[in-house]
Amino acid sequence: MTKIATRDAYGKALVRLGEINKDVVVLDADLAGSTKTAKFRDKYPERFFNMGIAEQNLIGTAAGLALSGKIPFASTFAIFATGRAFEQIRNSVAYPNLNVKIAATHAGLTVGEDGASHQALEDIAVMRAVPNMTVIVPADGVETEQAVFAAAGHQGPVYLRLGRPGVPVIYGEDYRFEIGKANLLRPGKQVGLVAAGIMVSIALEAAEALQAEGIDAAVLNMSTIKPLDEEAVIQLAKTTGALVTAEEHNILGGLGSAVAEVVAEHCPVPVLRVGVEDVFGQSGTPGELLAEYGLTKEKIVEKAKEAIARKSL
Amino acid sequence: MNAELRQQLEAKAREIRKSIVRMTGAAGSGHPGGSLSAADIVTVLYFHELRLKPEEPDWDGRDRFVLSKGHAAPVLYAALAEKGYFPKEELLTLRKLGSRLQGHPDLKSLPGVEMSTGSLGQGLAVANGMALAGKLDNKDYRVYALLGDGECQEGMVWEAAMAAAHYRLDNLAAFVDHNGLQIDGPVTEVMSPEPLTDKWKAFGWHVLSIDGHDLKQILSAIEEAKKTKGRPTVIIAKTVKGKGVSFMEDQVGWHGVAPKPEQVTQALAELE
Repeated sequence: MTKIATRDAYGKALVRLGEINKDVVVLDADLAGSTKTAKFRDKYPERFFNMGIAEQNLIGTAAGLALSGKIPFASTFAIFATGRAFEQIRNSVAYPNLNVKIAATHAGLTVGEDGASHQALEDIAVMRAVPNMTVIVPADGVETEQAVFAAAGHQGPVYLRLGRPGVPVIYGEDYRFEIGKANLLRPGKQVGLVAAGIMVSIALEAAEALQAEGIDAAVLNMSTIKPLDEEAVIQLAKTTGALVTAEEHNILGGLGSAVAEVVAEHCPVPVLRVGVEDVFGQSGTPGELLAEYGLTKEKIVEKAKEAIARKSL
Repeated sequence: MNAELRQQLEAKAREIRKSIVRMTGAAGSGHPGGSLSAADIVTVLYFHELRLKPEEPDWDGRDRFVLSKGHAAPVLYAALAEKGYFPKEELLTLRKLGSRLQGHPDLKSLPGVEMSTGSLGQGLAVANGMALAGKLDNKDYRVYALLGDGECQEGMVWEAAMAAAHYRLDNLAAFVDHNGLQIDGPVTEVMSPEPLTDKWKAFGWHVLSIDGHDLKQILSAIEEAKKTKGRPTVIIAKTVKGKGVSFMEDQVGWHGVAPKPEQVTQALAELE
């Protein structure tokens, strides 16, 4: 299966976007080679601003550009965007509801060898707690490209969460991403797997494995975590009666929490969460880390069975 | 600066100071000290310098003013009301539930407010973004930011200072309202930002030091900033916190405390 890193798809999409929309400007904080904004820099140097290793200023400057009619994409690693510059995002972007797109790469464990200091596992939680913010976690390269265009077309702040390693391409070119709409990748009656980001393809593998054991699992790609597609969650909870969420993020505050909130309020069914269980990561290859912290097909299968077993309780 | 202009600006500054006293008095809270210290700078900007269309607040070609020291909202609101952005009576709704005059400026609610500020250290970066956009679009608007001297303790101010010089933002000028006091005491005792002049110079800025209550000096400094090419200008304006109200002048206690009714009466009498 073809693999494309979502950051690569982002870099590619930015160049196309920049060609058709001259208001698009890009800012980076000394990581243009890694975030892939370098492609845009090389094509449109006059619309690219390297802010140096100064993430707070990166966000503040983007706010000023947005106030002057530009559509700024500000990029750095997820941990620095949402960690170092959290308050600038909150007060200088989200509170005034400015048209700033924060496209953060190297989110989650799959940063790999750089270790815990660089592995953002809290970013979804903090970004989704901020009013006016839209939070998008694309599952593959195709969805990423579309999400970049959708973010540019959306008036207001967007947090776009991207990853470092290649991930399997799930979607064909005919796929249409829409902010706030979940995508049912696979229907199923016994359990619903709700995943985001790199965990979507792993959830699809888990559904295959479950099918081999005679268990019919649905897979829902929840690429917009805010605003959450509540209808899709409620529908899936009602048709399957048990959900498992899967995310490359702390199980506190992210996709699992968002889904559980909706389910608890509208249609209580068992919801089990697969994710990093409130610990920091460490150095290792992306594959080793996913295995070490239980972000695997096997773990999703195990939780799916447990969720189904709980239905009758 | 001719005598007529001086008289006009002095009259405006007096009105703005009176509004600051009235509105913080009515609110029962707020920041009169740092609003009064900046009153002359804001007066010169709004009533002599800034190219604005109050009837069209979002006019593309307008000059921009970012109040980075957002707690001085009363001085901004007073100037905007005086300028005709909204009725002056509305000043008395400051800090009340539902008011467009939030405790710190909110661009979404009040016309004329260029940026929501209040968390210190963030305004200069935003001004940089506006100046960068102006350069990119070949627009001739100018961008002004007003910072506090205590605010210069924020690390982000220096990130932005570095960037403004790096991108040669000569369409940008910053004022530092150097009143010497912050909430916990004199800035030099709490965490000295000195030598301020040398710091801004070292960051690549054209630095001017003036008396921030001398209208002529403020005006000349702005003119010099406009003539300075290839780098941004910072105007370090020595001011007196609480300027114009005898019992507030240079008193640290008047940073974030509103005058009581009898104090409002006394202050207004002094400002007549």
